[in-house]
Amino acid sequence: MSPIRSPEGTPASPGGVNRTGKASPAAAVKDAALAALVAFGLFAMMVGLRTEIGPEGALVLRQRWGDVAILCLLVFLGRLVLSLWLGRRRIAASTAPGRWTARLQQAGRLFAPAMLAVALTLPAITQGDRYLLDLGILVLTYVMLGWGLNIVVGLAGLLDLGYVAFYGIGAYAYALLATEFGFSFWLGLPVAGILAAFWGVLLGFPVLRLRGDYLAIVTLAFGEIIRVVLLNWVSLTGGPDGISGIPRPSFFGLPFTMSGGEGSFAGTFGLEPSPSHRVIFLYYLILGLALLTNWVTIRLRRQPLGRAWEALREDEIACRALGINVTITKLSAFAIGAMFGGFAGAFFATRQAFISPESFTFIESAIILAIVVLGGLGSQVGVAIAALVMIGGFEIFRDLGEYRMLVFGGAMVVIMVLRPRGLVGTRTPSIALGQKRAISGELVGEGHG
Amino acid sequence: MSAPGDRRGAGHAAPQAAAPLLEVDGLSAAYGAVQALTEVSLQVMPGEIVTLIGANGAGKSTLLMTLCGEPKPRAGRVVLAGEDITGAPTHAIMRRGVAQSPEGRRVFPRMTVRENLLMGAEALTREDPTPQLERVFALFPRLKERLAQRGGTLSGGEQQMLAIGRALMSKPRLLLLDEPSLGLAPLVVKQIFEAIRALNAETGLTVLLVEQNAFQALRLAHRGYVLVNGRITMAGTSQDLLARPEIRAAYLGGH
Repeated sequence: MSPIRSPEGTPASPGGVNRTGKASPAAAVKDAALAALVAFGLFAMMVGLRTEIGPEGALVLRQRWGDVAILCLLVFLGRLVLSLWLGRRRIAASTAPGRWTARLQQAGRLFAPAMLAVALTLPAITQGDRYLLDLGILVLTYVMLGWGLNIVVGLAGLLDLGYVAFYGIGAYAYALLATEFGFSFWLGLPVAGILAAFWGVLLGFPVLRLRGDYLAIVTLAFGEIIRVVLLNWVSLTGGPDGISGIPRPSFFGLPFTMSGGEGSFAGTFGLEPSPSHRVIFLYYLILGLALLTNWVTIRLRRQPLGRAWEALREDEIACRALGINVTITKLSAFAIGAMFGGFAGAFFATRQAFISPESFTFIESAIILAIVVLGGLGSQVGVAIAALVMIGGFEIFRDLGEYRMLVFGGAMVVIMVLRPRGLVGTRTPSIALGQKRAISGELVGEGHG
Repeated sequence: MSAPGDRRGAGHAAPQAAAPLLEVDGLSAAYGAVQALTEVSLQVMPGEIVTLIGANGAGKSTLLMTLCGEPKPRAGRVVLAGEDITGAPTHAIMRRGVAQSPEGRRVFPRMTVRENLLMGAEALTREDPTPQLERVFALFPRLKERLAQRGGTLSGGEQQMLAIGRALMSKPRLLLLDEPSLGLAPLVVKQIFEAIRALNAETGLTVLLVEQNAFQALRLAHRGYVLVNGRITMAGTSQDLLARPEIRAAYLGGH
């Protein structure tokens, strides 16, 4: 997870940069040439040689060495620029927050309330623009999922690659309860959350003794198991066909119908019936759920349980030595993280009115985890920004078609190079003496200090 | 039990009248097939500093960890103040008034000094931690200067002070110290050992000290045990052990 670091806690120097931070051009060129060679090895097979069906129907080998040369040149130049540019930055050890960290922190103080204000007034700003509101709902869903996963990964330090399983469990729980037993959304939501939390504990038990990579593998498998069960238990889940006709949410019992008659939302409040009412309601619903997640997380961080999570992330053996019940601490992190995933899932089901296992694949887990890591593990504002950038950005680059993934991957590489600890890679003490001080994550290594 | 003040300095005989605070009886422990401890028996009286010395891999740390419930012993008993705690879960043992400063210090690197200290009190007491915090600052004034600093940015000696201070926050009856001198400059070791001596003299805190630095440890402790390959081979008062030629040869570099 963490970038390779030298013992002093400075980011590992790329080749061609020595300890003092001075880049020697010759070494940088050598390093870039090496990178280009590796690139050639990869691209020669992937791009250079291509089998195609020829005019007579036989396979012919097409060679594209020109493209390979361009790609290798790009890698060479990119690596060269990276080495020389990183080499010019001097990394001085000090307890003062770094330049960017300080700036982001300062901005963060204004940014979080500003973001909240924009989020609260978005339906008014967009004038009911359906596309933007839908995008807002999507982004907020990922903000909520990011905040939920942040409890498990960011606070408790338990690397969970199967978080989407709880999202799926919440969605299916609500969908089945609503379609089979006629549960209303407000009844189905807590039940879906509790069920997801229950599965969180169930996953937690076998992985109590695992950490790091091993934990990641098992949670990854768990996510896949849930998806495969959803896909194959046709009698319950409908298999690949999914569940359709999930009731839309009502405004506390008042349905959003287009007729606008007595007992509907528009009729009761004397409004012109409009399809945007439901979208606006859904928007505020997910905003409320996301803010609830945030509020609970912030509150818990100041409670003994939240501090125990953070202590667990830092050093499990020390936790045991201090009499912290590690079992309860871990299970509660899994349970509470999973619960918010379940809430988000229930929301997803009622919003889409149709769910299928396709919505709960590993890539979703990966995106949510990327949001948490890019945002800076444990940082609430960072996660929100990362979700906005990742999900919103993904939409902005929709016109690029399949190159979108290229932009996406490139953006992740750039963020990790510039801010190896995430966008907001600092931790504000939950107990502070007088002035709060944040120390750049760059100065504090993972694990033992 | 006599007043704690009169046991200042090395070599004083332990008060034999009182019941032991910690009694280990025939304890055996293993990691898989590897036998780490074989029928270890020792006693720690209230108000005593007892040291456990031995070479690398003798089983010293394993013994401390077994006392804390991990690994679970294969055989034998651990009795704390008359209560059998053999095989109890770690957090339950700690709740009975045991605190450990673990090997390698293990302070929480990204938490501030203050948070580190409060973590020591949080799981085990419901009292207001402020008075105990002040006592820790009196013992290690350096920690007070570093209060808002991250644990990971402290020097090794400060981290050791923090680890001991953190263990003291739960007001333990028995303090287990695992190699507090590890990797520290002699001057810092002296400071830390002086603090432990003062703590024991002033509050009568019982300490079980595991050390490789046998000379320093025996000078600090009242009594000592020598652990070789998971067995106790020698026991006695510190003065006794310091005088024995085989101890001098094996652990004190022959001086």
